[in-house]
Amino acid sequence: MNTSVAPTLSAVTPEPGRSMAAWWQATPLTLVFVVFFLIPLALILMVSFWDFNEYALLPDFTFKNYISVFDGCGNTTDMCVTFKTYLSTFKFSFLVWLITLVIGFTVSYFLAFYVRSSGVQTLLFVLCTIPFWTSNVIRMISWMPLLGRNGLVNQTLVGMGLVNTPIEWLLFSDFSVVLAFVHLYTMFMIVPIFNSMMRIDRSLIEAANDSGASAWQTLWNVIVPLSRTGIIIGSIFVITIVMGDFVTIGVMGGQQIASVGKIIQVQTSYLQFPLAAANAVILLSLVLMIIWALTRLVDIRKEL
Amino acid sequence: MTDFSKKITDIASGIADGALNASVPRRSLLKGTAGILAAGVFPAVHSAEPIVLRYLGTAVNQDKAIGEKFEKDTGIKIQYVAVTTDDVTKRAVTAPNSFDLIDTEYFSLKKIVPTGNLKGIDTKRIKNADKITSLFTTGKVAGKLVGDQGTAPKKVIYLEGEKSKVFAKAPTQFMSLIPTTYNADTLGIRPDLIKRPIDSWAELLNPEFKGKAAILNIPSIGIMDAAMVVEAMGLYKYPDKGNMTKKEIDLTIKTLIEAKKAGQFRSLWKDFNESVNLMASGEVVIQSMWSPAVTAVRTKGIACNFQPLKEGYRAWAAGFGLPATLSGRKLDGAYEFINWFLDGWAGAYLNRQGYYSAVLDTAKSKMEAYEWAYWMEGKAATQDIKSPNGDVLAKAGAVRDGGSYEARMGGIACWNAVMDENNYMVQKWNEFVAA
Repeated sequence: MNTSVAPTLSAVTPEPGRSMAAWWQATPLTLVFVVFFLIPLALILMVSFWDFNEYALLPDFTFKNYISVFDGCGNTTDMCVTFKTYLSTFKFSFLVWLITLVIGFTVSYFLAFYVRSSGVQTLLFVLCTIPFWTSNVIRMISWMPLLGRNGLVNQTLVGMGLVNTPIEWLLFSDFSVVLAFVHLYTMFMIVPIFNSMMRIDRSLIEAANDSGASAWQTLWNVIVPLSRTGIIIGSIFVITIVMGDFVTIGVMGGQQIASVGKIIQVQTSYLQFPLAAANAVILLSLVLMIIWALTRLVDIRKEL
Repeated sequence: MTDFSKKITDIASGIADGALNASVPRRSLLKGTAGILAAGVFPAVHSAEPIVLRYLGTAVNQDKAIGEKFEKDTGIKIQYVAVTTDDVTKRAVTAPNSFDLIDTEYFSLKKIVPTGNLKGIDTKRIKNADKITSLFTTGKVAGKLVGDQGTAPKKVIYLEGEKSKVFAKAPTQFMSLIPTTYNADTLGIRPDLIKRPIDSWAELLNPEFKGKAAILNIPSIGIMDAAMVVEAMGLYKYPDKGNMTKKEIDLTIKTLIEAKKAGQFRSLWKDFNESVNLMASGEVVIQSMWSPAVTAVRTKGIACNFQPLKEGYRAWAAGFGLPATLSGRKLDGAYEFINWFLDGWAGAYLNRQGYYSAVLDTAKSKMEAYEWAYWMEGKAATQDIKSPNGDVLAKAGAVRDGGSYEARMGGIACWNAVMDENNYMVQKWNEFVAA
């Protein structure tokens, strides 16, 4: 499929009679994009410069909201809330990215190279998606009876005499947050990486074998570079989701761990829309920068 | 008390359905009778097409049974729009045409009334207006003044006129909200896991319960609980806990942050279910809690006390308001609903859930004497106490936590509030969460 797409993309030179049709074809999506994405985004940007009081938004042009986001951040002894929050958000993004990447890559590798029959491959792949038939929140909450102070894990450990008192850090901790994220989002890594791997020309691997490359060398020098697109796309999914999340961190962290999303949510619920908008603009620019950096590593359009 | 929430209604309606099925013959008979009565008594309403009132509020009072009963009695349909307390305020401010009747807390009024989106309620059209409990009109229970720190209803219940955007200092003909339910909150504890008497708010931050305490993560309410603790610990005495200065907010949050860093909190909770689960699973043994949540833990067969404390309670109250744009038949329908609500049936229903109703006399007339004695007079139950859905809430011989109405409501120390420094407070609260 990739071989057929690439040439049409490179043939940008307009052919007579085709350009109008192309515009028409692009119109519906463009409209949806403008109405449901660009306009709201522009509004958010606008409101982030407005003033507000307890019950109303006051049209204005002020940097007050941005300044208050970074209030106290000049203080070197004690980190300000915004930095702390972003630091904890980055920490989760990195940990979750790393773990989902390792697991996602391994699972995809197994599916793509070890499972010979394409029927079994499809079956196993569908098996991977089964947990996604239930809602996010339910999958998250189902960890609680397992990890709690009087949960299944602790009961087992205490019952087996491995520990004397229940382990407290299993639930409402960084551990449980990362665990839930990995559980929820590994699929977003598996799908694109598996997809990339399936397109690797098997003869390349044979060639590597014939040239005397060890299994590790083949993996590192042939498979990883050729799966790069999948890895980058998966990374973009996972990182952007974790950066904006507040539900998982809230539920699994016992509401005690800050995330940027959570702060925005609290602010909107207290009608502090301009403040929330300023925070959202900052978060969006950071996420865009991360995505930009990731796309520098691979030309997604070319690779697809 | 925000999303006081869907679960209650879910559970309640589920059980109500069960009860309904069990007693179909009697119910349908009642329905028939009510229908005939309604047709006879309210011919005007039935002559035109039926009125549908969009009722915006939290799930506290949005009970399916109440809506159904009202429709049976009057033919007016209630369409519940259930959102969280914060969202009620948000919609009242931003989309006042999206509802015909609002059920919100008194403390939200400081945000809603200045927008002019609420219409003063003409007390001349409210049959039982003068029977509304004195707690709301004068701030007294049994003739004695109770704590009025925070947004006490008496400070915001009267408006200067029907279209006023400011609160009246003295009673007028126009009320901002007609009270529906109210209660006083305190700490909930697991007596089986604590094993000693608890009598002070200070125990919430007692290192003895390290890793086993929780606090409410709704800033404007959580900070009031925190203030009760700070005062109980003897750290500071606030002139008004419900309206702190920046310095006082700093002090309160600092105390919370220190406790959090020392590992005091197992979790923070935001909605009803979270608090029930934390308590029922034993993750937490002491936390600020709402009285129906305590009841919910108990109905699971787990010991849980709604613990009266020597420093008193933090109270809240909710009421009905009318959007400024409401007019004509819908306005009449809304008045009819409010009058019906204060007429006893709904009040008795709410009293049996552990809340208090705004007009006590009418509710009393719809309750059995032993129920009234248990719920309102603090007397031991002479027979099993059942919820409106038929669940046994307390066995014969049990006494209600906090005792009588006068003991509990008389012990109010402060009210849920919106502070002048609300924005600063929310910012500091985020700091606590991030610490």
